[in-house]
Parts: sequence; C-alpha cells; structure tokens
Amino acid sequence: MAAGGHKRIVKELSEVTGDPPAGTKVRLVDESDVHIWEILMDGPEQSPYSGGHFKLLLTLPKEYPFKPPVLNFQTKIYHPNVSNDDKGSMCLGMLRSDEWKPPNKLSAVLNYARNLLIEPNPDDAVEGGIAEQYKSDRRGFEKTAKEWVKKYAGKS
Amino acid sequence: MDSEDEVISVASSEEMMEDQDSDLSMGGDYSDVDLDVDDPDVGFETQDKDIKPKRRPYEVEFNIYGPADIQSHQDQQIDEVSAILGQPPEATAILLRHTRWNKERLIEIYMDKQDTLLEEAGLGKSLAKLPELKKVKGFVCEICCEDGPDLKTFSMKCGHRFCLDCYRQYLAQKIQEEGEAARIKCPGDGCNKIVDSKSLDLLVTEDLKDRYQVLLTRTYVDDKENLKWCPAPNCEYAVDCRVKQRDLNKTVPTVHCTCGHHFCFGCTLNDHQPAPCSLVKKWLKKCEDDSETANWISANTKECPKCHSTIEKNGGCNHMTCRKCKHEFCWMCMGVWSEHGTSWYNCNRFEEKSGSEARDAQAKSRQSLERYLHYYNRYANHEQSAKLDKDIYLKTEKKMTQLQSSSGMSWIEVQFLDAASQALQQCRQTLKWTYAFAYYLARNNLTEIFEDNQKDLELAVENLSEMFEKPTDQLSGLKVEMMDKTAYCTRRRIILLSDTAENLKNGGAHSLRLRPGSFD
Ligand SMILES: [Zn+2]
Ligand SMILES: [Zn+2]
Ligand SMILES: [Zn+2]
Ligand SMILES: [Zn+2]
Ligand SMILES: [Zn+2]
Ligand SMILES: [Zn+2]
Repeated sequence: MAAGGHKRIVKELSEVTGDPPAGTKVRLVDESDVHIWEILMDGPEQSPYSGGHFKLLLTLPKEYPFKPPVLNFQTKIYHPNVSNDDKGSMCLGMLRSDEWKPPNKLSAVLNYARNLLIEPNPDDAVEGGIAEQYKSDRRGFEKTAKEWVKKYAGKS
Repeated sequence: MDSEDEVISVASSEEMMEDQDSDLSMGGDYSDVDLDVDDPDVGFETQDKDIKPKRRPYEVEFNIYGPADIQSHQDQQIDEVSAILGQPPEATAILLRHTRWNKERLIEIYMDKQDTLLEEAGLGKSLAKLPELKKVKGFVCEICCEDGPDLKTFSMKCGHRFCLDCYRQYLAQKIQEEGEAARIKCPGDGCNKIVDSKSLDLLVTEDLKDRYQVLLTRTYVDDKENLKWCPAPNCEYAVDCRVKQRDLNKTVPTVHCTCGHHFCFGCTLNDHQPAPCSLVKKWLKKCEDDSETANWISANTKECPKCHSTIEKNGGCNHMTCRKCKHEFCWMCMGVWSEHGTSWYNCNRFEEKSGSEARDAQAKSRQSLERYLHYYNRYANHEQSAKLDKDIYLKTEKKMTQLQSSSGMSWIEVQFLDAASQALQQCRQTLKWTYAFAYYLARNNLTEIFEDNQKDLELAVENLSEMFEKPTDQLSGLKVEMMDKTAYCTRRRIILLSDTAENLKNGGAHSLRLRPGSFD
C-alpha cells in the first residue's frame, strides 16, 4: 500500500501548491521526500497574530493517511494549543489519531490550524496557563501574543 | 481494658480454623489455604471442597475468570439480549457495549426510543442485510486515490465506500496500533457508525481477528463495574467482586488471583488489609511528599544502646542481640527486648505528650512530625524486614536442599520452611498496613484493642522471624516449634483482621474512629 499512499500524497501536494489555502505557502523541505512539508503561514488579520509570519513543519507518518500528520510550529507562538517548547506541537481535534479519518485532507489540516489562530480552543489546551489567561484576561493574552509576534515572527 | 472480651469473641471463630492451620503446618501452601476459604459456594468455577468454612469478617466474596470464561459470559449475554431485542448478535454486541453491558438499561432505552439508540450506538437502521464486497463502476477511493473497474470495495450501511485495501489497512491501524476494538468508527469523514463484527470478519485477517477479540474482552472487563483485571504482570485472569465503590470506607476487599497475586479489588494495589483504600492512598501520598524527612530510616546499621558498638541488621527479625555485650534490644524502638512481651511496654503505640509540653506551635509541629515518624518507621521497617525475611529464607532453603541430598531428608520435610516464610511475608504485609492505618486513628478504647492485636501479631512475627536466623543444621530439629509458631502467627493475623474488619463494618460510635479529616 505504500505506493497507494504515495499517489495520494502527490495528488494532495499538487492541489495544495496549486491552490493553497488563504495566507499559506507550501513547499517540500527536500524535493525527494514528499513526507515533510514546510508551511509558511501569515497570522490572520482578525487575530493578535496579524502581521506575523509563522514557519510550520507538517510531517506525514509512513502510515499516512491512516495516521494523522504531525504539525509543529517552528516559529515561537503564544497560543493555548501550541506547546511552548522546542517542538511547538499542535495536537488536537482532527490532528489526534482518534479523531483523524483517512479521507481527511492536508488542506483541511492547514485551514484547521489557521482557524485555531483566529479562535483558540482553551478547553483542549496544551498550555494550561495560557488557556487560563485567554479565558479570564483576554487583553493580557492578546498583549503577550502580539509581543511574541514582534519578537519571534517578524519578517526574516 | 476490655480487650479480653474482644479477643475471646473472635477466638471461637478461630477455633474453626484449627484444622486449616494444622493443614498448613503439614506443609500445605499457605496462599492456597487462604484461597480455598474465599471460594464461594456459588459462582462460575465451583470447586469441589468438602469443607466450606464461613467467610471471615475481613474476607469478601469473589470469583476468578479466565479468558474463555469472560468470552462465554459475553456471548451468553449477547445471545440473551439478542433474542429479546430481535437484533442480530453482532448488532446486539454493539448495543451492549454502548450501554456498558447494562442489559436492563439497554432494553429499556431500546423499547423507548429505538431509532435514537441505534443512531447513537453507531448502528443506524435496517441491520438485517449481510455486508458484502462490491466492484463499483467509476469508483475512485477517497483514501488512496486509486480507481479501476477491478477494485474491490466495501461500505457499511452508511454508504461510505472505500477500496478493500484501504478499509483493511484502516482497521489494522486501529486494532494493532491503537488498540481499538469496540468503538472503531467508519473511516468516512465525520461518520460515527461503528464497525460491527460481521463487517470486521469479512475484512480482516485471522491474526487481527484474534487481537480484536482480546481487545473486546478487555473493554468488556473495563466496562463492568464488578470486574477487574488482575494487575500482576502477564496475568490474564479477571476478578469478579460485588463490593461497591461507596463501601470502600467500610471494607477492604482483598482478592486472591489464581496466579497467586493478592490484591485489593477497590484500588488494585497489593493487599493492604486492614487499612481502607482511601487511607492507603493518603498515606502513600504523604510518604511521597515527606520522603526527604523519612530518608534516614532505612539505615542498615545502628549503635547498640548499651555498648555503642555498631550493629548490622541482616535478617528481617527486629529482635537484636549485640555480638559484643550480648544486650538484647528492639531494632524499632531501641528498647530492651525482654520488656516487649509485657503488658506495660509499648513499642507499637505512639504516646502523645500531653499538657504544657505541646502547647506552642513549634512543639506541636515537632510532635506531629514525631508521630508521623513513629508510624512511618514501623511501616517502612516491616516492608524492609519482609524483604530480609525472604532473602534469608531463600538462603536457608538453598542450604536445606544441599543438606537434604547429603542427609537423605525428604523434600516434603522442608516444606514447613516455605509455609513459615509465606506466613511471615503475609503477616508483615498486614503489620505494615496496620501502622499506616493507626496513623489515622483517633484514640479510644477500640484503638487500644487494635494496638494490642498489633502488638501480639508483631511479637509472634518476630519470634518466627528469629528462627530463620538459626544455623541451618539446627532447623530440622526445630520443625515442630516452627510449625507451631507459623500457625500462631496466622491465627494472630486472622484475629487482628477480623476484629478490625468488624469494627470498620459496624461504624457508629463504638467503632474505630479516624482522626478528624482522615477520610476527605
Ligand atoms: Zn483505497
Ligand atoms: Zn460511514
Ligand atoms: Zn493474577
Ligand atoms: Zn485498596
Ligand atoms: Zn552491645
Ligand atoms: Zn520495640
């Protein structure tokens, strides 16, 4: 089935590079490996991440599409659903193996991630402290998020 | 002190056990003896036993089931409910799992709102048609993007059709990698239909079917409140026990698995009678939090209280004799050993200082630390001693086996050592938990009875433990004495556990009381 998986990945890749979701750019890190995608995502305008440019890595496991892709923020981001460590992992909703369904598409994953930047999900947070602040002190949250954008997500 | 009465009232039930105890001293496996007692006369695996002694106050009724039993239990219930609902067995199985094997509730909901139930359980309507593989014109698999007129495809009633290879790989991923079985959904995006066993049979390979069954059985046991897996590594038995969660303050349900492991059905930790689960949890937490404070205790050497020469502890026994000055003392309290048997000496009880001494905050906190250390010390020491007892037994057994081959003593004759060792292990386990328990007890006359029982058991245990430190060549001559001491230990343990269990069960004003805040 590896060949089948390959066919699917190549098809998705050409679709996404041909018509990328709003505010994102996609390319392979290494042209010979279709399993590692580099994503450049602009912070959505209606979010505190507006003006930021985020680099993400989308890794497809060898069992893809039976296992979900893995999404990591390489640019530091202040967000309840992104782990504040060197991995920057986002792992919730459709990115979790018990919710992922094989027909799900990577373009949907990118849209999902971008929507989370607009509307975080504090009830399924990986950073409890940030989630708490998001719920109780939205202005404080936005302030820090914007500071981090300036500090880490400027044009490089 | 009216402890006499208490002990006597239990002594009558203890007499019944005389037979068993002598049975044990004849070289029977102690854990087996205990197990037989627990075998209830009703249940799945009824064993032929001539004697069916009444359960003791600290014993609970339970059954042990192997994988085949668990499987047939499920099948029985599925057949039964399938007949009532008029649904095929594979759909009934899904419905039963959906309601966590609550038959009554399932039937009730089914009668009440069938459609909603079928929908929620992931079944949908019209279940009679058998699942089948199809070739479909113009089909493109949404998962692998393959197409072609010869592609075999499958879909459940929901109509989400994928190629056979993808469907298979999806199921393999769920079953093998993610350990899912009872709640595998259709691969279709957003679809919640559960893959039933008929469809599964059609799709997966034999080895996956086996794994699937194992996983189904696992969820069955996990779903049933009265079933729990034996926590021993690689043990495949499950225990059926009807003790309710809410009764765990009043009873400590120790069960004995066929594999030999004794554990608490309430919390699945190792047997911790007589202390109730919630106190055990609290105690373990406290020990963890205070591990810094209590670190010094596990030291293996101390000074002789008389001549100050260094004494090393090799065996489990806490009755120490200084090699140099022959002074006999207690490893726990460092007090003179000869006083330990007397009624006025308290090694096990913590004497709270009263009056002006403990008035200011600092003195209070020092006293509370002392109190904790008193109990922790003894708790940890019995744990440690049990290990040392075991080490020394293993060494002794080895020597005895050598001795046997040279002296012609038969194998059966050294079994008394094994029985003694097992009794020691069990009694020290109990003693260990009496100290955790006592830490939370408020002081009243029942506490004193408890402590008297504790003291008696402790002394019995140290006396037996001491015998293991005798030179090996003397041991065969000590057989009768050792058997007596083993039986005595066992009896003291039964008395302590029975008394405590009855007190816990009765509750109310005349029971053992916990210090304020112990149960929250
Ligand atoms: Zn396919
Ligand atoms: Zn479906
Ligand atoms: Zn077991
Ligand atoms: Zn327990
Ligand atoms: Zn000495
Ligand atoms: Zn002592």
